[in-house]
Amino acid sequence: MIEVQDLHFTYPSGVEALKGISLKIEDGEFVAIMGENGAGKTTLVKHFNGLLKPTKGRVIVNGIETTKVSVATLARKVGFVFQNPDHQLFAETVEEEISFALRNFGFSPSVIEKRVTWALNLLGLMQYRKTSPFMLSGGERKRVALASVLAWDPEILILDEPTIGQDYQQKENLRQFIMQLRTQGKTVLVVTHDVEFVAECNPRVLLMRGGKLIADGAARKVLTDPEILAQSSIVPPQITQLFIELSSLGFPSDIIDLYEARETLLKAFGAAAK
Amino acid sequence: MVKYATMPVIETRNLTYTYPEAAKASIVDVSIRIEKGEFVLITGPSGCGKTTLCRCFNGLIPHFYHGTLEGEITVAGLNVKEHPTYEMAKYVGLVFQNPENQLFALSVEKDVAFGLENLGVPRDEIRSRVDWAMKITGIYELRERAPYELSGGQQQRVAIASVLAMKPDVIVLDEPTSFLDPLGAKKIFEVIHRLNRELGITIVLVEHRLDLTVKYADHIIIMQDGKVILEGDPHKILDSEDMRLIGVGIPKVTRLYQLLKADGVKFHGKVPLSPEEMAEKVRRILKTHD
Repeated sequence: MIEVQDLHFTYPSGVEALKGISLKIEDGEFVAIMGENGAGKTTLVKHFNGLLKPTKGRVIVNGIETTKVSVATLARKVGFVFQNPDHQLFAETVEEEISFALRNFGFSPSVIEKRVTWALNLLGLMQYRKTSPFMLSGGERKRVALASVLAWDPEILILDEPTIGQDYQQKENLRQFIMQLRTQGKTVLVVTHDVEFVAECNPRVLLMRGGKLIADGAARKVLTDPEILAQSSIVPPQITQLFIELSSLGFPSDIIDLYEARETLLKAFGAAAK
Repeated sequence: MVKYATMPVIETRNLTYTYPEAAKASIVDVSIRIEKGEFVLITGPSGCGKTTLCRCFNGLIPHFYHGTLEGEITVAGLNVKEHPTYEMAKYVGLVFQNPENQLFALSVEKDVAFGLENLGVPRDEIRSRVDWAMKITGIYELRERAPYELSGGQQQRVAIASVLAMKPDVIVLDEPTSFLDPLGAKKIFEVIHRLNRELGITIVLVEHRLDLTVKYADHIIIMQDGKVILEGDPHKILDSEDMRLIGVGIPKVTRLYQLLKADGVKFHGKVPLSPEEMAEKVRRILKTHD
């Protein structure tokens, strides 16, 4: 469980990035953190693996206050995949990249071999095993960065903008993959601007603005609430935009799901035809 | 055909390119024709060759990347193979995914002026073009700020203003909003749309997210494994079922339309590409039943 109590954070430059955030994330939850550029999303999640320590307030991960332990200790439990894979990748081959942390955590060579193979298969990277990560495309490098974190099997996974540069099929793979992690009881936190991706996954959404939390609830509720939308930089999902357009005809505007939209319209067409 | 009465601004014939030491070609036998003033959307799965194709448009390929370029490519009437990138830059402006890689000056206006200074454009002309470009892209108020202090969306508008000041025939944008929040992205697409509609600048936009962009396009080019596999009017292309097979994410409202059509709902006219177009279709059906 992650517990955040009145968290404030000010960068050494004097920029106050977080202005009093309190929240709880239970084990096994799937949470999307959304909000405009500069809202403090990445600053917030960097507190969860101890990369940043609160200026004021407390962050408690699995019962341990983050100021009391090293980043290395927390990293074993909390895996962080950066937005820009180039901030993370450095090894000469993809295989080396994925093995690195496993060796640091002291896994045996046979376990490392197994985990690396598993992660390569999972993310469709097997053909690049001996390739330099820097020869790969941006989308592929993102998958290498993800594979290298998944390989050590953290309990909590933080993904910063995982859908950037990913095509439709890769996004779908990522969605299924997150669902699979959840069935294993993992906690998944995603920092994202991708409203369509969030609409498809329907996670709990934390919406931030100016270093504060301005909404916390199911995607369906947060992404369709006109008052919340008006004060954030969120453009609602296409399906919601459609139903907002149609609200004058008496349609509900809190729909984000494609299949629910289909049922709703079929019903309306059927009723009108009678 | 009337459509071909004009000179195309970009034309390729059997264009095939292999990066140095690469085992296989990144683009294969690409023959496309982009007319002046079109808004073209290039899409396709990761690694399909769309970025590589764009690098040919201003001569980064072959002059900077080297490798092997076969076939023909003409941009603004010039054979790209024979004209260096700095010369092509007068006709084709390139905007990248991450504006940080493009901006470096100490003020916004210096960044916007940089390309013109390099071309030796007279001072007064530079002044008026820089002001014009900053006004159109909505960054005039930011002209004395340092680019690195700006938000990602503002930085990307500075990058667009920098290429716009060169008054190019074509602006090529490679996933220009990936790092922006949804509202910042929307503003960028609106600026690009205006450059196209009001100034007649040909736009070539590389994007995965058709839900945000396809409504602006006159022409869509879909690539896979280095080849162009589907091309034409977006309303026609998105109406075909092949789209889903090749993993291009079609807009959610277009998908909704297809599902309802399969359920037996009778729609009139073209396939919708935006929520507004879909809403119009729904209204029409409900009205005919009144």
